[in-house]
Amino acid sequence: MSEPLLDLENVTVQFGGLKAVSELSLRIGDGELVGLIGPNGAGKTTVFNLITGVYQPTSGAIRFDGKSVVGHRPYKITARGIARTFQNIRLFSSLTVFDNVRTACNMHLRHGILYALIRGPKFAAEETEVAKTVMELLEIFGLAGQRDQSCKSLPYGDQRRLEIVRALATRPKLLLLDEPAAGMNPTEKVELMKLIRFTQEKFGCAVLLVEHDMKVVMGICQRISVLDYGRKICEGSPAEIRCDPKVIAAYLGKEEA
Amino acid sequence: MERSKVTLFSTLLLFGLISFGLNHFHVADGSGHAVTLIQKYSYYYDILLTIGINIILAVGLNLVNGYTGQFSLGHAGFMAAGAYASSWLTLSYGYSLGGGAFATTFAFVIALLLGGVAAAFSGLLVGVPSLRLKGDYLAIVTLGFNEIIKGVIQNCDALGAQRGLGGMAPSTNFFWTYAFGAVTVYVVLSLVNSTYGRGFLAVRDDEIAAEAMGINTTKYKVLAFVLGAFFAGIAGGIYAHFKQFIHPEGFNFMKSVDVVVMVILGGMGSTAGVCVAAALLTILPEVLRYVSHIEALPEWLRHIAENRMILYSLLLIVLMLTRPQGLFGAVNLKRKKA
Repeated sequence: MSEPLLDLENVTVQFGGLKAVSELSLRIGDGELVGLIGPNGAGKTTVFNLITGVYQPTSGAIRFDGKSVVGHRPYKITARGIARTFQNIRLFSSLTVFDNVRTACNMHLRHGILYALIRGPKFAAEETEVAKTVMELLEIFGLAGQRDQSCKSLPYGDQRRLEIVRALATRPKLLLLDEPAAGMNPTEKVELMKLIRFTQEKFGCAVLLVEHDMKVVMGICQRISVLDYGRKICEGSPAEIRCDPKVIAAYLGKEEA
Repeated sequence: MERSKVTLFSTLLLFGLISFGLNHFHVADGSGHAVTLIQKYSYYYDILLTIGINIILAVGLNLVNGYTGQFSLGHAGFMAAGAYASSWLTLSYGYSLGGGAFATTFAFVIALLLGGVAAAFSGLLVGVPSLRLKGDYLAIVTLGFNEIIKGVIQNCDALGAQRGLGGMAPSTNFFWTYAFGAVTVYVVLSLVNSTYGRGFLAVRDDEIAAEAMGINTTKYKVLAFVLGAFFAGIAGGIYAHFKQFIHPEGFNFMKSVDVVVMVILGGMGSTAGVCVAAALLTILPEVLRYVSHIEALPEWLRHIAENRMILYSLLLIVLMLTRPQGLFGAVNLKRKKA
């Protein structure tokens, strides 16, 4: 693999006496679909928070596109091309479906506050452009019909989908999905798997997927890393992971001799 | 031209015409002399101007408290900054422009804008350090800054200290008050109805998600704070040149609470509601004052009306219980298309 898109090198984060993530190294190449799994509390979401700048690593390096992202505010990291969804859905609850996605186009605006006040032709042209982009995205993901609905009134699966749409509106190179299948029924999960693969192909972005549901992870990921107690215990293709004794031990416990 | 701009300009024109009418339309007073409408109905005119000032204050604060969700309790402080800055300017330099009506008005408007800038600057000073805090903590810090601004003025001899500051030209009239009111409404609505301005609402709804969507939450919070302070400063300047006397105690914590109540009553994040609430809460005490003076009413009823502050608070409690989203809270849910 040439220069990876995202490169975590010996990343450790410590909260008091607890090492939430320790000595983690992880590489994601352009357009790759990587899974990150592990039992509850293994530190998967913490890894996301480290990559997106919500937490700062105690030691180690995180590089994106060859440049360090450590110490940057989350919005700057998003501007560099990392977008994420959240484990517990965090949509802008008072906004409509359309506005949720529109807000994510905010950082690509070429014109600022003065244009919004003067409301000249340049502003109008840009607003039309934004509206077009948003509607295209909503159409691709089948949410165009609900554009003026409050996002709170959407069914759970649609809310998850809307979060992905919103993240894509920032035009990311790397998309972090935090348990997108949580709370979905089997049919919705199959839909989701198609959707993730489609997203990766259509938008050409790499995807890092944190997920509990083995069917989903095994079904779509090209490569899987397994975390346990903040350490990476195993990495490989789905087939390798499935029969790795360390992974089985982490999930099911060791057999007593 | 965009519809919102057409609305703004036609509203300004309308206010200009009304103002002209108020100043030049003569009616007979009680003894048969011809007087202008303003002279005849000066009490109502005063209330009308107070409503306008309160609308500017409340709509500006609504950007901070309602749309951006940062609970500020220091609005009167920024109003004071604007009031004192503009008064000091017109008192020091206003007369050097010559005493003509045009020169006075010109000096007044420039002083208003500079007063707004001074208030915005104080808003920046307050906002940058305190916007790291959330909720109650932010409210307490802004309240503290309100008192600090008041304290600085109380100890500044050039601004009259405890004596207050008086002698400003009575430049405030219907036109300027409502013109600035219309501009305030226009600015706030144009902002929040643009892609850029949706950032304010995103910050209110979920700061972490907003940041993850590439929105610089600090910038938006400070911007809302500075704009809110700017309009408070304008309102302060208008108030100063209306009452022609200002005193630090007029800009205390209670004044801030008054404006917050208007915002809450109107519905956080509903500009139309906030305007109506500003008008209602300005008129209500006057109505109660009037009721308490009607001789024909039974004694006990007049007593209740006399204690209008108690009634006023009761009314608020009832409103909060029955309509926690504010009078107009639901209106803004039906958002227009982009």
